[in-house]
Amino acid sequence: MLDILRARLTFGHRTRALPEPGENPVAEGFRGLPAIAADRCPPDCDACVAACPTGALSRDAAGPRIDLGRCLFCPECMAACPQGAISFTRNHRLTATDRRDLVLSPGDGPAPVTPMAAERRRLFARSFKLRQVSAAGCGGCEAELVVAGTLVFDLSRFGVQFVASPRHADALVVTGPVSRNMRTALEKTYAALPEPRLVIACGACAISGGTFAGSPDTHAGVGNVLPVDLWIPGCPPHPWTIVDGIVRLLGRMPEKMPEKMPEQMSEQMPAAGGGAARNRARTTPAPPRQPERPEAQPHRRREKRS
Amino acid sequence: MNTAADRHPAARPAAGGGSAEVLTTRNPVVVAYAAIPAHAPETFAAVVSSRLDGGGRLIALFGVPRPGAEHPEVLAAVAADAPGTVALARMTPAPAYPAITAVHPQAHGLERALWEEWGIKPAGHPWLKPLRRIDPEVPSPGDASFYRIDGEEIHEVAVGPVHAGIIEPGHFRFQCHGETVYHLEIRLGYQHRGVRNLLRGKPVPRWAAAAETAAGDTAVGGALAHALCIESLAGIEPSPRAQALRAVALELERIAYHVGDLGALGGDVGYLPTAQYNGRIRGDVLNLLLTLGGNRHGRGFVRPGGVRADLDAAGAKTFSERLALHHGEARRSADLLLGTPSVLARFDGTGRISRAEARTLGLVGVAARAAGVDLDTRRDHPFGAYRFKQVSVGLGQHGDVHARALVRRLEMDRAAEFCAATLHELPEGAALRPCGPLRPGHLALAMVEAWRGELVHARVTGADGEVIAAEIVDPSVHNWFGLALVLRGEEISDFPLCNKSFNLAYAGHDL
Repeated sequence: MLDILRARLTFGHRTRALPEPGENPVAEGFRGLPAIAADRCPPDCDACVAACPTGALSRDAAGPRIDLGRCLFCPECMAACPQGAISFTRNHRLTATDRRDLVLSPGDGPAPVTPMAAERRRLFARSFKLRQVSAAGCGGCEAELVVAGTLVFDLSRFGVQFVASPRHADALVVTGPVSRNMRTALEKTYAALPEPRLVIACGACAISGGTFAGSPDTHAGVGNVLPVDLWIPGCPPHPWTIVDGIVRLLGRMPEKMPEKMPEQMSEQMPAAGGGAARNRARTTPAPPRQPERPEAQPHRRREKRS
Repeated sequence: MNTAADRHPAARPAAGGGSAEVLTTRNPVVVAYAAIPAHAPETFAAVVSSRLDGGGRLIALFGVPRPGAEHPEVLAAVAADAPGTVALARMTPAPAYPAITAVHPQAHGLERALWEEWGIKPAGHPWLKPLRRIDPEVPSPGDASFYRIDGEEIHEVAVGPVHAGIIEPGHFRFQCHGETVYHLEIRLGYQHRGVRNLLRGKPVPRWAAAAETAAGDTAVGGALAHALCIESLAGIEPSPRAQALRAVALELERIAYHVGDLGALGGDVGYLPTAQYNGRIRGDVLNLLLTLGGNRHGRGFVRPGGVRADLDAAGAKTFSERLALHHGEARRSADLLLGTPSVLARFDGTGRISRAEARTLGLVGVAARAAGVDLDTRRDHPFGAYRFKQVSVGLGQHGDVHARALVRRLEMDRAAEFCAATLHELPEGAALRPCGPLRPGHLALAMVEAWRGELVHARVTGADGEVIAAEIVDPSVHNWFGLALVLRGEEISDFPLCNKSFNLAYAGHDL
């Protein structure tokens, strides 16, 4: 007993505050949001496109474009580029509510997350229960979802918890490309969720099939089986990416761009004709902000308390 | 005592002795495919059986398609641990052969897979059923027929594929009398993604990613086994520095998952301090992998030809200090767990498997060593940096949950020592060497001691150097049946604890 207390004292308190927009909580070396310096690209070079394991890269007149829904955040494109035009920033904010916003053009910052409608926020903002289904996930995304609930990230401080029964759940968190052998079980679990229900696709496989896209044994992503409300890129996503995406979906974090764009990019604006969906999402006026209610940001209060 | 020749009369050794029966080589294997002795089905079964009689372990058994033939050839690899050799034999195309499982139960999973994937029937296999449900026409694992016990007070409990927690899918069917489990049948296959199909053909960038996500919690192990195969086929060897950094990454993966498992074992018996601390410490160790290679799971780090990132001298020093800190915390947290009488009361004697049973079933890794089976690929079939720097093997005695926890703690300690010693004197060399085209008509096979146990990858190249057969044998293929067996006679409420003490892969099994 004394040993337990002694360990408790030395190990200390490890829960970290939710990072502000623009703040970087992730360790040095992390490959997060890519940055593309299209001005360095020689005209006929497609070394990065050829090196990508999942076909996430494409190239047109504006430069390379990366589909974060397919990207494994591996170093292959960076290593293949003779000009150092592709790099990865430490930015962990990668989630999007619109699949098209995951396609990153030169000059793009993080994709926008549209908070859920006021009606749903009333239901879910303070209590959002998740049922996880691994539909042929390799174990990576599952592990990071578990970690998102551990004491460092403490997803439950936002009222977000994983529950055992789909009947108790508000959203389904799906990992994996959806194997043929898991499709029925996934559909049955979804059917068991009470309305209104959401679907969160977690990881490259769940978004696009990832490494397994094109394999006839899989359905190349949950979007081909169920309607998806939130896309969390990564292979696997960092726990902060998961926390960030869900908290923003709940409308509990101010939705603004980070103060600083990736350094290489600061002078470049989105190229003409590039990233139509993305530009549209940017130019659309932000949804009317909900009146700030005290419960809108209870996580701050909780952190002070601890 | 029966000998292989008695059981399979066709298998009298040819004149000239037994040397032509098999091709004997060492890990990592690379041989001309044509040099592997080919046998007719009966002889093949007898040759493989005779190797297993002598204490060998069947580490791979898979089909190799031959142009124009209706059935593929079959390739068998048997590891002999004491001399550290691997014996290879192949079977000429045939629709059936005498089942090896009938005599050596350790072959049951590999023979089921061979039958399911290639239609080659192991005649006399005592329990032939699909392993992974590769054919969608086969009923789903949950709908298939199960071994049943009848009786008025016997009841059946079905669990999965969707479980209560955040874990991968599998189906478990218990035959119970009251609380006592008489039999557990485990049906997997939900995770089948066709990984091995993605590893065939000409080299593509996707290969390494597929090897890393075959079992996503063994990304370093999978990438390493894949890289060893490709390097063997390309005829190159990474620099000593790259090999040392790979070994550090493999040991970090081991530490991270052993720490996580010890915490989860604590959680399953309601001992929360270790459960909470280890969740965090595991993350700290994963962050070391991130420092090394940019990804918490070590993905994108090991590549054919070496590694994708290097550590400078200052980096290696900081790295060692951080590892020492986290290992110290992990050790303290594990000591809390394993020094608490109420925890030991639950661990001790639960889910026991004897050494003889573990050997018969061909268990590998932590589960085997906890039962006293002295087996570790890093020592017996050394690869990469382990040829120069040894890790002493940690053995348990009783084969129960307690022993599996103790072995994990021991391996965690020794892995940390290994990393510290390796980082202290990192050899010189380039991080990555270019990897040329693959030699045509060769077999490459690599055994790696991943954190769960021995992971085997094999590739066979065709006439143009394209891969025509790719095989992965995850340690879980051998060990799932061990879990089913330890449940016999236990209470059903002990299933989560036993399951966690094995912590086997679903994705790695289903591929």
